[in-house]
Amino acid sequence: MCVMDNTTYTTYTASTTHAPDAVSTTPAAHAPAGADRGATADLARLGRLMGLMTGDEKHSPAATSTLDALWVLYDRVLRVSPATAGDPGRDRFLLSKGHGPMAYYAVLADKGFIEEDVLSGFGGYESPLGHHPDRTLVPGVEIGSGSLGHGLPLAVGTVLGLRAQGLTDPKVWVLIGDAELDEGSNHEALAYAGPAGLEQLHTLVIDNSSASYGRPGGIASRFEAAGWSTSTVDGRDHEALYAAFTAPHPGRPRVVVARVEPKQ
Amino acid sequence: MDTMRDRFIATTSRLLDDDPRLALVLAEISKDGFREALDRHPERAVNVGIREQLLIGVGGGMALTGMRPIMHTFAGFLVERPFEQLKLDFGHQGVHGVLVSAGGSYDWPAGGFTHMSPGDVALMDTLDGWTVQVPGHPDEAETLLRRAAASDESVYVRLSVHANAAAHPVSRSGITTLREGSRGVVVAVGPMLDSVLAAAEGLDVTVLYATTVRPFDGATLRRAVAGSRADVVLVEPYLAGTSTAAVNDALVDRPHRVLGLGIGRGELRRYGSVGEHLAGQGLDPAALRTRIGSFLG
Repeated sequence: MCVMDNTTYTTYTASTTHAPDAVSTTPAAHAPAGADRGATADLARLGRLMGLMTGDEKHSPAATSTLDALWVLYDRVLRVSPATAGDPGRDRFLLSKGHGPMAYYAVLADKGFIEEDVLSGFGGYESPLGHHPDRTLVPGVEIGSGSLGHGLPLAVGTVLGLRAQGLTDPKVWVLIGDAELDEGSNHEALAYAGPAGLEQLHTLVIDNSSASYGRPGGIASRFEAAGWSTSTVDGRDHEALYAAFTAPHPGRPRVVVARVEPKQ
Repeated sequence: MDTMRDRFIATTSRLLDDDPRLALVLAEISKDGFREALDRHPERAVNVGIREQLLIGVGGGMALTGMRPIMHTFAGFLVERPFEQLKLDFGHQGVHGVLVSAGGSYDWPAGGFTHMSPGDVALMDTLDGWTVQVPGHPDEAETLLRRAAASDESVYVRLSVHANAAAHPVSRSGITTLREGSRGVVVAVGPMLDSVLAAAEGLDVTVLYATTVRPFDGATLRRAVAGSRADVVLVEPYLAGTSTAAVNDALVDRPHRVLGLGIGRGELRRYGSVGEHLAGQGLDPAALRTRIGSFLG
C-alpha cells in the first residue's frame, strides 16, 4: 500500500506494482503482484463484460484506467445496490469523466444494476448505453456526463441538497480525470467545498497523466490548499484504494488521487 | 415603489420560511438583501461566491436530490456565462429549477455592455421546456415568482428595474388583451407596456400584454388576429425579433406580417440612463409610434 495522506510529494513511487511501461492492457493483468486471487477473478469477470461491449479482449486506457477504483468503490465502499438505487439515503457515485464508460457499465452489470445482455448494444441506436452515460436511460447512473467539468459542481449541489434534507449520512462520490481538472468549473467547486466543510463529498481523481500541461505541484495539492483531506495512491492497488476511500476526514471533503500508468 | 428585485428578495425570503423543499443559490449578487434568509436557513440558502458555473451546477445537484432550487444573479452571469450548465445540469439531467435574473438588457446603462444581457431570452429559447417570464411590475413579479416556486417546471423569471407604473392581471396563458382595434396587433412584453400604450394612443390597434413569452401564448394571439388585420408588432425588452418565430408558428396557417422590435445586436457604446438607452434603441414612445405606424401603414 502506498497511501500518502496529506503529504507533500514530488515523485510517485509505486511500492507494490508494475512499472508504467510494463503494463498489459488486459484488465486481469492489472492486478498488482501479490494481489489475492479474488481480485484477479473480479477483474477477469469485468474484463469479459467489457469485451461484450467492445467485441475485443483489449480495452482502451481511458476505459481501464478507472476499472480498479470503480470496482473497489462499488464492491466494498458505496452503500447502494439495485434495490436501493432510488432511496434518498443511498450513497451516490457520479461519473463526471464520461469518456470510456465501459468499465463503469461492466461494474454496473456485475452488480446487477443493468442486464448483461444490453452490453453488446453499446453505442447503438436502440441501446441505453452510450459512449457517454445518460442517467435517464441507465438504472443506477446518477448523472449524464460527457462534457467535462460538470460532475464536481453537481456533486457539491447533491451534498448540499442532501444536507438540507437532514440526510447527513449518505456519501457522494464523483470521479474525474486528471486532464478534466483543466476545466475551471472544477476549481470553482473545489475552492467552495473545502471552506464549506462538505464532509459528505468525495472526489476520486484518476490520474493517467493525460493533461497536456501536467499539474506542476501535483493534483492533491490543489485540493489540499482548499482545505480538503487528500490521499494519493496506486490506482491499481485495491487495498490501497480501499484504505484511502474509507479513511475518516471529519469536517472536510476528501479527494483520493488514484495514479495509473500514463495514457499512451 | 420597490423594484422587482426588492420584491423577489422579500417574497423568496418568506417562501423559504414556508416551503422546506425550496432552496436559494446565490453567487454574491443580492447577498446583502438576502442576509436574513441566509442566516435563518443556512442549509437551504447558500452563497457560493463569484462562481457562476458552480451556481448552476449546485442548483442542478440540489434538484437531483429533490429540492426546488432558485438560482439568482444578473442576467448575463445567470444565462450567458454558465449556459452549458443550464443545458446539461438541468435539461440533460432531466431535473428542474427556477432562474431569477436581475439587470435585464439595460437596467444599468452606466455600467456598460458587460452588465447588459439582451440575448438571454433568445439563448433560453434554444433549450427545451423552459417557461420564460418577463413581468412588468413588482406585483406581477411576485405573482409569477410564487407560481414558479410552487411548480415543478423549469422557469426563468427575468426581472428589471425598468417597470410599468401600474400592475396588470397576470394571465396563466401568458398574454392578456388590453385594447382591441382593427389595423393590427401590438404585443408589448413586460416593462415595454407603458411605452407601447403611449405610442398606440389614438391608433386603431389591438394591444396585447405578455408576461410569459415561453411557451408563447399563440392561442390568445390567434384570437386577437381573428378580429384585426394580421399585422403583428412585437415590442420586447431584449434582443429584437426574439419571439418573431413564435409569432410565425402561431399564425402558420394564415398570411401575416411581423415586425420584431427590441434591443439591437450592435452595441450602442453609450452610458447614461435607462430612458436615454431606450431612446437610443428606438424604443421610446415617439420612436415606437413612428415605427409601428409606418409598419401598419
